[in-house]
Amino acid sequence: MASLSNYISILDPSLLVVMAGTVLLSISASLVGTFAFLQKRSLVGDAVAHAILPGIALAFILKGEKDPLILLFGALISGWIAIALMDFISTKTKLSSDTAIATILSVFFGFGILLLTYIQGQANGNQAGLDQFLFGKAAAMRQSDLWVYGGLALVLILAVFLFFKEFSLLSFNPDFAQSLGLPVKTLRFILNTLMVLAIAVGIQAVGVVLMAALLITPSAAARSWTDSLKPMMLIAAMMAALSSFAGSYLSFIAPSMPTGPWIVMSLSLMALASLFFAPKRGMLARLLQQKKHQRKIRNENILKAIYHFSERSDQQKDWLRIEDIQGIRAFKNDSLKEGLKQLNRKGLLLLKSHQLQLSKRGEQEAMRIVRLHRLWEMYLTQRLRLKSDHIHPNAETMEHIISPEIEAQLLRELDYPDLDPHQSPIPYENDN
Amino acid sequence: MKNKDINKVPSLEVHNLAASYNRMPVLWDIDFQIPQGVLTGIVGPNGSGKTTLLRNIMGLMKADSGYVKIFGEDLNKVRERVSYVPQRESVDWTFPASVREVVEMGRYRNANLMRRLSKTDKEKVNIALEKVGMLEYANRQISQLSGGQQQRVFLARSLAQDADLYLMDEPFVGVDAATEEAILEVLSELRNEGKTVVIVHHDLQTAYQYFNWIILLNTRLVAAGPKEEVFLQENLREAYGGRLTILSKLSNLIAKSEFPVREKGFKETEGSGDGQS
Ligand SMILES: Nc1ncnc2c1ncn2[C@@H]1O[C@H](COP(=O)(O)OP(=O)(O)OP(=O)(O)O)[C@@H](O)[C@H]1O
Ligand SMILES: [Mg+2]
Repeated sequence: MASLSNYISILDPSLLVVMAGTVLLSISASLVGTFAFLQKRSLVGDAVAHAILPGIALAFILKGEKDPLILLFGALISGWIAIALMDFISTKTKLSSDTAIATILSVFFGFGILLLTYIQGQANGNQAGLDQFLFGKAAAMRQSDLWVYGGLALVLILAVFLFFKEFSLLSFNPDFAQSLGLPVKTLRFILNTLMVLAIAVGIQAVGVVLMAALLITPSAAARSWTDSLKPMMLIAAMMAALSSFAGSYLSFIAPSMPTGPWIVMSLSLMALASLFFAPKRGMLARLLQQKKHQRKIRNENILKAIYHFSERSDQQKDWLRIEDIQGIRAFKNDSLKEGLKQLNRKGLLLLKSHQLQLSKRGEQEAMRIVRLHRLWEMYLTQRLRLKSDHIHPNAETMEHIISPEIEAQLLRELDYPDLDPHQSPIPYENDN
Repeated sequence: MKNKDINKVPSLEVHNLAASYNRMPVLWDIDFQIPQGVLTGIVGPNGSGKTTLLRNIMGLMKADSGYVKIFGEDLNKVRERVSYVPQRESVDWTFPASVREVVEMGRYRNANLMRRLSKTDKEKVNIALEKVGMLEYANRQISQLSGGQQQRVFLARSLAQDADLYLMDEPFVGVDAATEEAILEVLSELRNEGKTVVIVHHDLQTAYQYFNWIILLNTRLVAAGPKEEVFLQENLREAYGGRLTILSKLSNLIAKSEFPVREKGFKETEGSGDGQS
């Protein structure tokens, strides 16, 4: 045992081997898991992870020690039985697939725990280590085990590369794959086997309970960063590698700690960060986008209010006061001022102490918005036959959304109307 | 043009086919032949079993009885001469793939299992993309396509297969007039090359214009043959009226951007403007 003062260097050869092994396991799990994620079979992954437990426990009871090959074999058998049963239940009975998944998960897991309890009572029980199966302990892997698990992980990664094209098609459009005459059943069988093996290997690092996280979280997190499958798998693999690197190191410096929770915790942190900060799909990016839209809507409403003012007032006056706008539409004071400044900066508005005036471009822009509003109202009354007193709030939103293409189509369908349903004129560019 | 192919083997022969879901019969004793080189429409109302028929022809579900021959052979012998285009909604368009990647799927074969596509494959993909006018969108993610573009992608994937019989499920759904025209042109071109095209279609009005062979389906086979013989003026249902394409386009736009459906706290002070008349 390493004492505290004898701090383990990151270059310690035995630590390096364990780390390399764990990293490999996690990468293989994340790559195979990507296809489970894309097929929306995350829950199946979770169920299989739990369902592997009785197979492993039985293998241990029969062999009397932790022979990795025998354990893998046991895992493969019980994992496959679980998958077959889930398929059977959801296709042949009236039960829904989530019921099938939940049932298989709990029955198999319960049985596995029963067997583990029995093992603990046996003479050689301590060697099995209940915790290790449930929560994983990277540091507990022996060198010889590592070769088996690491080697298998490499094979899995290789298989994913070999079948990448077929697995993608199978996940995107299985009917089409079948119509091409591809061996869809065999491909499914291979993919399922890869999943069971990845799980059997992966539980060495994270244990049965948290295995689904290692399988699914990396691809789910990577999905926020890209819309392309290959980069997505690369990012998923990197996240898995990074977190298992951290997790296995921790399990060395704190041997009483199980590895699984550490790996899964760091993975989850990355997933959470992705959810917030990823470009475009991240929450932050979307929040900013919403803010931008809100500003756009407010500014367009200001332009419209100015337009309405000059439409309503009899005497033409060039410079308006802020109160004039407030008289048309109740803006919040700060918001209005901010909007006026922004419009001014864009050259749509001229400001002079407390007075304002639309520029030429501002006038056109205001006209465009009013036109869209009135066109949309026309469309609603003519095509949806909505009553004219119901259409206004809807048009109020749409005027900010309608794209030039849709505007052109509206104009064509409505045949360039002059008046809107409330008999207000629809302004066009060339008539002042 | 219609009957000169009659002495050739039919491109498609469906014989006494019956199919069901969970024992509920959806197709009864369907029996028809389609000669080679015609543009065929399978026409029927929603839920009449058009998709089910196509799935049965492609061996995607087990028929209760009956069989299907394609160019006089079992499907498995002529797989590479048949192309199937599933209904657009049958796949998840948020799947992380580009337009080109999806069209390349049309070149997947047993022969190139676990292997990369060849140069010729890639050329065929480019030609197919070109034909449907999607070459400039080749690197676009499929999640960013409009409904009409999605249909074009599926059509391109089908063209890339270089088949002799094309079976397409509703390629005209969610498509604007320009795209409809473009698709139709591609289909006529196929027919002029002597290929057979079978289209599932639910719009009676356009069916008569588009196709020269029609299969009228409603759980059972109502009629099959040259359109003049099938379209006896029993206008089964008045058309669905003017479709509200603009509205659905807008809802798509709303769903994609982060626009609120209603503006928050909207209030307009008194005055005659847009609010009231
Ligand atoms: N997977 C399924 N399970 C059970 N019933 C189904 C399934 N798919 C279709 N059906 C039923 O079979 C019938 C025929 O469906 P099908 O999809 O073939 O019709 P369709 O003519 O293609 O309709 P649409 O024009 O709406 O595409 C419908 O009544 C439908 O409810
Ligand atoms: Mg259908």
